[in-house]
Amino acid sequence: MDTQGAARRTDAQAAADNPAVAAPDAPGAEPQAATDSSAVVEAPAADAPAADGSAVSGEGAVSDEGGAAQAATPQPGDEPPADAPVEDAPAPETAPAAAVTKPRIERTYPVDPDAPPAVSVQDLTITYRTTFEKVPTIKSAIVRLGRGERAVREVHALQGLTFDVMEGTALGIIGANGAGKSTLMRALAGVLPPTSGRIEVRGEISSLLSLGVGFNGALSGRENVMLGGLAQGLTRAQVAERAEEIAEFAELGDFMDLPLRTYSAGMAQRLAFAVSVHMEPDILLIDEALSAGDARFKNKAAAKMDELMSSARAMFLVSHSLASIRELCNDAIWIHEGRLMMRGTPQACGDAYTRFLEVGENAFTLEDL
Amino acid sequence: MPTQEAVRPRRGELRVYEPHRAGLPKFGPYFSDLRHRLPFAAEFSRSGIRAAHTQTVFGQLWLVLNPLLMALVYYLLVAIISNSGGGVDRLAHIVCGLFVFQLVAGGLQQGATSVTGGGRLIMNMAFPRLLMPLAAVRTAFFRFLPTVPVFLVIKAFTDEPWGWQMVLSVVFLLMLTVFSFGLAAIMATLQVYFRDTSSFLPFFTRIWLYLSPVLWTIDDLGGHGQRFAHLMLVGNPLFSLIGGWTQLALLNEVPEPKVWLAGAAWALIAAVAGSLLFMSREREFAVRL
Repeated sequence: MDTQGAARRTDAQAAADNPAVAAPDAPGAEPQAATDSSAVVEAPAADAPAADGSAVSGEGAVSDEGGAAQAATPQPGDEPPADAPVEDAPAPETAPAAAVTKPRIERTYPVDPDAPPAVSVQDLTITYRTTFEKVPTIKSAIVRLGRGERAVREVHALQGLTFDVMEGTALGIIGANGAGKSTLMRALAGVLPPTSGRIEVRGEISSLLSLGVGFNGALSGRENVMLGGLAQGLTRAQVAERAEEIAEFAELGDFMDLPLRTYSAGMAQRLAFAVSVHMEPDILLIDEALSAGDARFKNKAAAKMDELMSSARAMFLVSHSLASIRELCNDAIWIHEGRLMMRGTPQACGDAYTRFLEVGENAFTLEDL
Repeated sequence: MPTQEAVRPRRGELRVYEPHRAGLPKFGPYFSDLRHRLPFAAEFSRSGIRAAHTQTVFGQLWLVLNPLLMALVYYLLVAIISNSGGGVDRLAHIVCGLFVFQLVAGGLQQGATSVTGGGRLIMNMAFPRLLMPLAAVRTAFFRFLPTVPVFLVIKAFTDEPWGWQMVLSVVFLLMLTVFSFGLAAIMATLQVYFRDTSSFLPFFTRIWLYLSPVLWTIDDLGGHGQRFAHLMLVGNPLFSLIGGWTQLALLNEVPEPKVWLAGAAWALIAAVAGSLLFMSREREFAVRL
């Protein structure tokens, strides 16, 4: 990313130095940025806050402090500064949003608009009945019985959620901690039974719900891949077929045959992600899975998800990073305390959510893609 | 495991998750999914054994050494300290019963922690949970297998006869495995609700060991032996199961029909009751972990 950023900065600088070259250069760079997801991922994130400051500062399209952020999206801010720097301010804001809401991914098969929804959630309510004790034991049960207590507390994780997800949708799920995002994902995966309501799922689900699913620290990466694949319901032959691809994608090299406990957090997550996306799922569930990989792998992961979306029916992405939701999804829901607050474009949901939180769209919410 | 109308949908096949009435999932789809994912249970168990071995110095050898040392300890206890006479015949009897008892006890202990220990897996993936105790019993079984040659070597030093009847002991081994699967399922369920179950287990199994014909034989009991044997046949599953196994494997005698009957009945009862209990509760596991 850094090298790409630097490369583009020199482009931009060259453009600023020589306005005559700028015009032909900009359109030439545009498709590259679109295909290279690395640029796309970072661009809208860095763009919004930086745009006001540096674009307004006029001819300083390549001003020093805004340089790195600006460089990623040189085109929108680059061409106009010569004539109208001030009016230009809103332009970068709408530009990335438009790029995202448009179906960015070309599908390999046409989506039938009359097809039934890939996932249909109907008045879904999930209530946990948990005990007070962290660890339920016979001893505490006997003590409780003696006192005539009942140690059950109800947690209303989801309350009356209803929405349909059509084929070809990449749905971002936004919400504060404890909103019920992970509960919803687990219900979609079939792990948690609904307390009331109904979920209909059409297709094979591959879930990446938390780090290191089914992974045993004492076993090598390769053995863990086999375990993860079998747990997903593949046959041994099918997993063996994919194992090399997975190893290559996760870029583990020799670590593939070392015990998992020797891996760094990022390596384990890369492996988990690689396993999940190579299961050829119809429906992919990803829960905060992209937080530990380095920038390069994130870009690669984003590209892989694009590729998956071209053939998968639907994708669900839970993330606290509004930038990655905006980048990877074409639809979004915002849930709060188990209720559906909003359904809309990722941009609209993200804006409403941030307004709701009364936190400006600052670097903190955008940073951790 | 929520109610699923179609457990392994092909592309576009519909599955529906609905609230479960307290009770059992549909058997057809459940068991077809279970069968489909058996390789996972096998791999889970196999890799577990492998992982355990890489961490000990003796590795594979430990699988044999551990039960053998335990047998020697009990031999010391029974034959030498209590002075009830022994020699290699007594040792062979203890080894024969103890090794197979370890199969049951191991299945029990591993089974108890199979669900609570597989927390992440259970929280994040939907599969028939019965695979977890199944894997635990498979692990216990494959830990038992390497001890068979040890028993045969010790038996070679005794005057006990060898013959085709010994092959029939495989039937009792099978019944013992099925029996421990049932118990493993029960213990796994209990462990979810009461996390100290696995702590009580060692005491429970120790007492059970003393009640089973491992350290003693019917002949040791003298006059009361026959009446006691009837009681045990009905009350203690391992009396018929381990008794029958020892008779065939060590003494090369075919047990009476009632021993076969009692063993088969106990295995069946344990497996069916354990599976039903487990399956009726397993959809709550994800909530309880």
